[in-house]
Amino acid sequence: MSDVVVSAKHVRKSFADHEVIRGVDFDIHPGTCFGILGPNGAGKTTLMRMLLGLSPVSEGEYSVFGQPVSDAAIHSRIGVVPQLDNLDPDFTVRLNLKVYAGYFGIAARDADSRIDELLEFAALARRCNDQVATLSGGMRRRLMVARALINNPDLIVLDEPSTGLDPQARHLIWQRLRSLKKQGKTLILTTHYMEEAAELCDELIILDRGMILTRGSPRNLISEHVESEVVAIRGLSNELDAVELCDGLDIRIDHVGDTWFCYCTDARPLVARCVERSELTFIHRPASLEDVFLKLTGRDMREEA
Amino acid sequence: MNAFKLIPWHVLAVWRRNLLVWKKLAGASMLGNFGDPFLYLLGLGYGLGFYIGEMNGIPYMAFLASGILCSSAMNTATFESLYSAFTRMNQQGTWESMLATPVRIQEIIAGEQMWAATKSLISGVAIFIVAGLLGGIQQWDTALFALPVIFLTGLAFAGPALAICAISPSYDFFLYYFTLAVTPMFLFCGVFYPIDTLPAFAQMVAQVLPLTHAVALIRPLLTEMPLTLPWLHIAVLVLYAVAGFTLAAHLASRRLLR
Repeated sequence: MSDVVVSAKHVRKSFADHEVIRGVDFDIHPGTCFGILGPNGAGKTTLMRMLLGLSPVSEGEYSVFGQPVSDAAIHSRIGVVPQLDNLDPDFTVRLNLKVYAGYFGIAARDADSRIDELLEFAALARRCNDQVATLSGGMRRRLMVARALINNPDLIVLDEPSTGLDPQARHLIWQRLRSLKKQGKTLILTTHYMEEAAELCDELIILDRGMILTRGSPRNLISEHVESEVVAIRGLSNELDAVELCDGLDIRIDHVGDTWFCYCTDARPLVARCVERSELTFIHRPASLEDVFLKLTGRDMREEA
Repeated sequence: MNAFKLIPWHVLAVWRRNLLVWKKLAGASMLGNFGDPFLYLLGLGYGLGFYIGEMNGIPYMAFLASGILCSSAMNTATFESLYSAFTRMNQQGTWESMLATPVRIQEIIAGEQMWAATKSLISGVAIFIVAGLLGGIQQWDTALFALPVIFLTGLAFAGPALAICAISPSYDFFLYYFTLAVTPMFLFCGVFYPIDTLPAFAQMVAQVLPLTHAVALIRPLLTEMPLTLPWLHIAVLVLYAVAGFTLAAHLASRRLLR
């Protein structure tokens, strides 16, 4: 097998009157977790739907395991965790998995032992005979992950896997995804949680308006695009006030609503000045992927968002 | 998309999923399939039958029972392919979850169509039994051949209904189909009276509708009426089933795979 699991070359997608993916290139290597980030409407979901054969590619080459994405045979090697819950509400936890195994042609006998393993993996073994409707949001999402693994896929595609989950449930999902990576699975995920991307992804692309703005590992993207430290300040009266506060320091200032974000490589002098002014509230933290994201895609609230 | 590129076990897996859901709710579902036609047979067969006596030379109960058997196959398959299939397509995301597997859209449509026909058969068997008990079946030696015809009738109605389902924006849309297609067939395709009592133009219209041909096959199988042109009637039902399937597969593909 080649060393590329997914390959996109000049991929484009148009709907009737507008182009939503405008020439995207990337390769995904086996055993890595690849993140697709971007604001709402950036084209993340379209890129995923094309990958899964749910949306025809308008132009370019998009392939999985060396086969074009339109080839249904590749689905036997892919697991999908969709964003919206589409578990079967009429079935128990176990029957959900069993029926799904049927779509892959997995014989009932083989399915049973596989299902036991997966229920253990998803921490749902004790709930196996419960109706899906009685599960919490986190359990349902774990069941969807388990369902995506029923065919022992090499590639797992996750669309916003932790959206709407509480922190405990989210960390449990992340831990499970990391263990899948350890087993050598390739993961693709879309998310707009930067923390999630930083936790899981080896490589990511930031997408906006159908184009890739940047790509790299979370750590490299941070060092490449933003200064290492951030002081977020509230209580400044106006722009001039902010500029005066930073006077003489090497600082890049960004303004959103009532907060001024001051980026710099050494924040100590600025922090000292902030402490002196008791009317200011401020947070000093290392720069994160979120700062990269906001710098590249803009801080403005968008109408289409 | 080639609608006829079908892998049988994929179709079967879709069909089986629906069977498993049905098994859980079989009681309530059977009551529905069974109750309505039972009341028609009792109410009209005995009540009206008392005044009518015979129709086309056979007791009205026997005339009506064979008609109701056909109309219930139509109703059952249509309901399943509109409301239930729409729920699976639009509300529950069931079809989309299947599309993430090797199962393809045309196989989903085929599985749904087979399942709707299976439900027609289930309700048909129930009515068959009731009709037998009420004296609606005259010819037991040919009567059992009606069962595969009921299944075929289910396929013929499920196909077009799935096509409607695939273009429907909401459940409300189905009312048009019932008012414009299903109810007229129920009343004018020979369920309650022979179509040759209709004006010539109405007869011509009735002749191109599938329910007319289902009745023309099933009534002679259950009663002493002679069976004429069986292959023509079978061909019309097969045509509706295949054309409906092809159309539904393309429309569903257009809706879901954009």
